[in-house]
Amino acid sequence: MKNTIRFGAVAAASALALAACSSAPEDGDAPEGAEDYKACMVSDAGGFDDASFNQSAYEGLQRAADELGVETAEAESTAESDYGPNLEAQVDAGCDLIITVGFLLGDATAAAAEANPEVNFAIVDFGYDEPIDNVKPLFFETDEAAFLAGYAAAGASATGTISTFGGINIPTVSIFMDGFLAGANRYNEDMGGDVTVLGWDGSDGSFTGDFENQTNGQNTAQGFLDQGADIVMPVAGPVGLGAAQAVQSAGDAWLIGVDSDWSQSAPDYADVVLTSVLKNISNAVFDTIESSITEFSNDPYVGTLENEGVGIAEFPEGVVPDEVVSELDTLRDGIIAGDIEPSTAG
Amino acid sequence: MSGEEKGGAAEERTPNEPEAASPADPETAPEPPRADAPGDPGADSGSRSRTVLREILESSTLVVIMAIVASLAIGGLLIVFADEDVREAATYFFSRPADTFQAMGDALGGAYSAMFSGAVLNFNANDFSGVIKPFTQTLTQATPLIFAGLGLGIGFRAGLFNIGAQGQLLIGATLGAYVGFAWHLPWGIHLLVAIVGCALGGAIWGFIPGFLKARTGAHEVIVTIMLNYIALNLVAWLLTLDAFQREGSDNPITPIVDETAQYPLLLGSDFNLHWGFVLALACAAGVWWLMERSTLGFEFRAVGANPHAARTAGMNVTKAYILVMVIAGALAGLAGSAPVLGTEKVLTTATAGSLGFDAITVALLGRSRPLGTVMAAILFGGLRASGPTLQVQAGLPVDIVFVIQALIVLFIAAPPLVRSIFRLPAPAHEKEVAA
Repeated sequence: MKNTIRFGAVAAASALALAACSSAPEDGDAPEGAEDYKACMVSDAGGFDDASFNQSAYEGLQRAADELGVETAEAESTAESDYGPNLEAQVDAGCDLIITVGFLLGDATAAAAEANPEVNFAIVDFGYDEPIDNVKPLFFETDEAAFLAGYAAAGASATGTISTFGGINIPTVSIFMDGFLAGANRYNEDMGGDVTVLGWDGSDGSFTGDFENQTNGQNTAQGFLDQGADIVMPVAGPVGLGAAQAVQSAGDAWLIGVDSDWSQSAPDYADVVLTSVLKNISNAVFDTIESSITEFSNDPYVGTLENEGVGIAEFPEGVVPDEVVSELDTLRDGIIAGDIEPSTAG
Repeated sequence: MSGEEKGGAAEERTPNEPEAASPADPETAPEPPRADAPGDPGADSGSRSRTVLREILESSTLVVIMAIVASLAIGGLLIVFADEDVREAATYFFSRPADTFQAMGDALGGAYSAMFSGAVLNFNANDFSGVIKPFTQTLTQATPLIFAGLGLGIGFRAGLFNIGAQGQLLIGATLGAYVGFAWHLPWGIHLLVAIVGCALGGAIWGFIPGFLKARTGAHEVIVTIMLNYIALNLVAWLLTLDAFQREGSDNPITPIVDETAQYPLLLGSDFNLHWGFVLALACAAGVWWLMERSTLGFEFRAVGANPHAARTAGMNVTKAYILVMVIAGALAGLAGSAPVLGTEKVLTTATAGSLGFDAITVALLGRSRPLGTVMAAILFGGLRASGPTLQVQAGLPVDIVFVIQALIVLFIAAPPLVRSIFRLPAPAHEKEVAA
């Protein structure tokens, strides 16, 4: 055992020594423009490495630290019971703005905001019925972008069947599927197509049950492919990577990414990514921090096609027919102008 | 069979640690319970897992304390290397080594002081209530762990390795929360009914594996693990129903439970500590009486020590298994009352967190005794309570807390390891009394 310890110590020391040869930094080059502003963030129980909205929000915070020079602090929740204490710890640590991620933190954020009127808060993906003076909600009309993706998918499909599934049936997930379905329906109306959408009927559909198990994603996607679908849009965070695998091995099928541009964030599958429905949480967080440094406002931030809070990524060459692509611009304008309702609900 | 394994373990250790090995011998070769050997299929593995379980339970208090010390020390190393300043300073270690040591000192000091001010006392606070608030937070976090740990401890002493506290807790929380937000009853009665709802939900979820074990011999480990999944998915489904959602919202989160069904705060509105903690302590006293003073508890222990001998002695082993699981389930269900009626006041799929699994550690750490369980729960509550300050003040990832917890478990589960690290003599066999 002693030998083992010695060996371990030598190995650790040599590893340090190898890394220890660069030169010491000069003293006194403090970053200029360091703001006297502290932006903090509390994750929900998914953690900042969830490859989903916690992670996007966290990237926004990090960008603010890098580009604006604000001080930051973050607290990762691992259980519901962490929300309150994490918020309290950040208030005690002198945070000026505390950003919470997800509807699960809705109650805790409201309570902390009430108890600490001098601190400002923002919450991602959640809005309150009655606005709170020091809480800024950030949410996203993802159905606007998903509508365009659904339209394009319907146009690009060779089999006339496209599909989508979610992780859990919650509004922030189903809004993607709803827009997707509405977009495909619109294509059928405009172009006289007969494209079927699997996995979502406007109120219920296919859900894998969590945001973790990639095998479920693969199986669900395979099920759709077996039913003749050639395009799959998984709205389930990392579960979608399982779907990507199924799509890639099928060969003649396409995948639609969500949240970020999957041709960048999942480069292994870039060759099967038709497009991605972008939800720019990190930009929203960054903008909120930036504007709150000068003046905080509790007006909700709503990410739309118009302000590019949501959008769709570029298509690969020649997959989506030209007349569909040009029609998308018209539709985009129509949605921005409010002439087109991008969901099946309305 | 178990004797052979022990021999192997002792041999491995002997060459390296001769001085520690010989005193450890009596501990490493205890007489395994033999009575169940003949002609009972499955009894072999059963007796072995029981022996292992008993070994863990029998590790001495000193070993437990040393395990905590060792894990904090190793945790300290991790803290040092997880610290960004240290890593940065280490890149130019040879041109200015003092920086590295300074950064290491800062990291360690910062982390341990953040732990202390997050879990025990915060001397930076302006007033007395601010100073003691962290400790009340520790007790709040400990409350569900006490409940669930007590229930698991009863199971362990009766020879049932119940992994199902997570599911029992969740079902208890579901029933309790439903009573809390859907029914509207007068003060006092409402809370009482909601608490009973929690206990009942857990008891039902504990009855199933107990019944299956007693009647069909289905192994409780497998059944309880599977019931955890069933509980989680059942709750996830319930939360999609309008009856469990807030009006005008589709998010899977229940309405806040009525104020009449919430545990009153124990120390006023400045603190989160609620009467659930007192109820947990009362349960600890009750469990002590049950296990140490009542006939039923004696039967449980006898069944745990040797079910065949217990049966021969005229005890009803079937009844004991079912009762143990029902009581353990009810206590786990009460653990569910701490979040839904105490701190969070709502039910979501994340309500159980990892409480049911942490409680297993707590029960093992507390050697399945009520007092030990309470102490272990407070230790774990403290570790949890220090999470936010560790992250926010010291800038450490919360995972460090879990690493320390896991190290404690690892050391507890390997008493000879701790003894050899600290050169402890093996204690005499103290517990024959208890088993």
